[in-house]
Amino acid sequence: MSRVATVRSPSSLYSFASAFFGASSLPGKAALRLIERHARFYRRMWLVVLSGAVEPLFYLFSVGVGVGGLIGTVTGPGGVPVPYKTFVAPGLLAVSALNGALNDSTFNVFGRLKWEKLYDAVLATPVGPGEVALGEIGWAVLRGLLYSVPFLVVMAALGLITSPWALLALPGAALISFAVAAVGVACTTFMRSWQDFEYVVLVSVPLFLFSGTFYPLSVYPHVIAVIVEWSPLYQGVVILRDLVLGYPSLSLLWRAAYLLLLGLAGLAVAGRRIARLLLV
Amino acid sequence: MTSTHSLANGTASDGPGPAVTVRPLPAVPGGWELAVRAFRCWLVMYRRTWRSSVWSSVLGPLFYLGAMGYGLGSLVDRNGTAALGGVPYVVFVAPAVLVVQAMNTAISNAMFPVFGGIHWNKIYVAARATMLRPADIYRGHLLFIALRIAMNSACFVVIMAAFGLIKSVWAVALLPASVLLGFAFAAPVAAWAVTLRTQTPMNYVVRFGSIPLMLFSGTFFPVSSLPGWLRPLAYATPLWHGVALCRALSTGTVDAGAAAIHVGYLVVMAAIGLWWGSRTYYRRLYV
Repeated sequence: MSRVATVRSPSSLYSFASAFFGASSLPGKAALRLIERHARFYRRMWLVVLSGAVEPLFYLFSVGVGVGGLIGTVTGPGGVPVPYKTFVAPGLLAVSALNGALNDSTFNVFGRLKWEKLYDAVLATPVGPGEVALGEIGWAVLRGLLYSVPFLVVMAALGLITSPWALLALPGAALISFAVAAVGVACTTFMRSWQDFEYVVLVSVPLFLFSGTFYPLSVYPHVIAVIVEWSPLYQGVVILRDLVLGYPSLSLLWRAAYLLLLGLAGLAVAGRRIARLLLV
Repeated sequence: MTSTHSLANGTASDGPGPAVTVRPLPAVPGGWELAVRAFRCWLVMYRRTWRSSVWSSVLGPLFYLGAMGYGLGSLVDRNGTAALGGVPYVVFVAPAVLVVQAMNTAISNAMFPVFGGIHWNKIYVAARATMLRPADIYRGHLLFIALRIAMNSACFVVIMAAFGLIKSVWAVALLPASVLLGFAFAAPVAAWAVTLRTQTPMNYVVRFGSIPLMLFSGTFFPVSSLPGWLRPLAYATPLWHGVALCRALSTGTVDAGAAAIHVGYLVVMAAIGLWWGSRTYYRRLYV
């Protein structure tokens, strides 16, 4: 017992989190160990991690401000015309939450699964496959927040936030990250080689471009609009746009439930797949 | 044949059997001949992996054309097209998307496979054990990258034509212009990538190089919409020269002087890259 105690004492993140969540009663507490491992691993590479946050900012200045100058105003939530940059900013906030979560839950998880053999080592400890999935998704959500928090700060500095409801945009962004990360980890367990990641690009680029990020759904013909409604990013964009611009409604709860369900399904699949791949 | 001796002077005179004529060793080919052999090696590899690259290289630009050109364009065109030179937004954006995909194809193919040639699949290390010189390995790889740029650009030019986004016969020059721009990026980027010891700087090039270039070089909105102090910077970028050249070709607003400046800029950039790459490849692969 004493040996366990000396091993645990330096892990400040873990002790903080376990105190925060009520210690040992937490079901997925082993997942926090994996998150702590990643936090320690990326401590020396924080600049690489953080630099990913600038991409949506470049888009904000280029498409939002530059192209926005050619567009003027568009019809925002509630049928109210808003300047284009105000319209596009919450969409790009959703994109930053998506980017952070997707990069980590696909490329990095595949590397740990097939190349680093990290999970082989992890599963040799009391940590189970479901907790590996939960830990990876949790880490990807943290990384999504690492991208979306600075973006939200820049939005506030540029005066693109018009409502106190915007405070709820942060949990909203975390929800997008959760849904994307869970589906990302689940899909990654089916990947055979790096070549398969062409399919990730094949899905993520249209998701980014066509999910109502840059223009309202009314631009599309009706048939396409119905398809786009199923995009998780579209649902996330609507949630964040309505909150940031101050038009909350009960329908946002349905959209949030859709994302939550998607995330939970991904989590369940990911845990089972990791068990099947590695616990023979 | 029995004689396996190599003889300097013509015929084998000792021992039984017919005389064997021994030809002198062929001279080491000069110029780009060895580079073509390195290029053929890449072709053999590509024959086995081309399927996965087709999707992203053809569909990616098409997605951008649809979302930016048609989707965003429907909002832009409501306000008139005077700022765009009197053409619909999609016609304005299409040549820019062509040039951006040429740049992205060039940069991604000149970074990761070059780094991998030394660190991952070590194809450069293998090539070094043959008669290929570092400059041949470099040029052979550049030829293959140029081929990839040409393939992707040709696909996109055909798409542009099919959507009626080409307004002038000058558009026949879109393909060579796009390949020139890609080559102007590929040569210096490969020259730099071969010197790397870790892969992280390549991520920075994408994040702080190709993405800002793609977004601010007169691609999705005219440079005149940028703040005054940023405009000279945008005009100095190679991507802007490529965009301006291809936009002039596809809309039929070619000005001979301006086109000469654009082409000259890109040719000089490619030449400097070629000179630099011969040096960096030599240093990296002969040590």
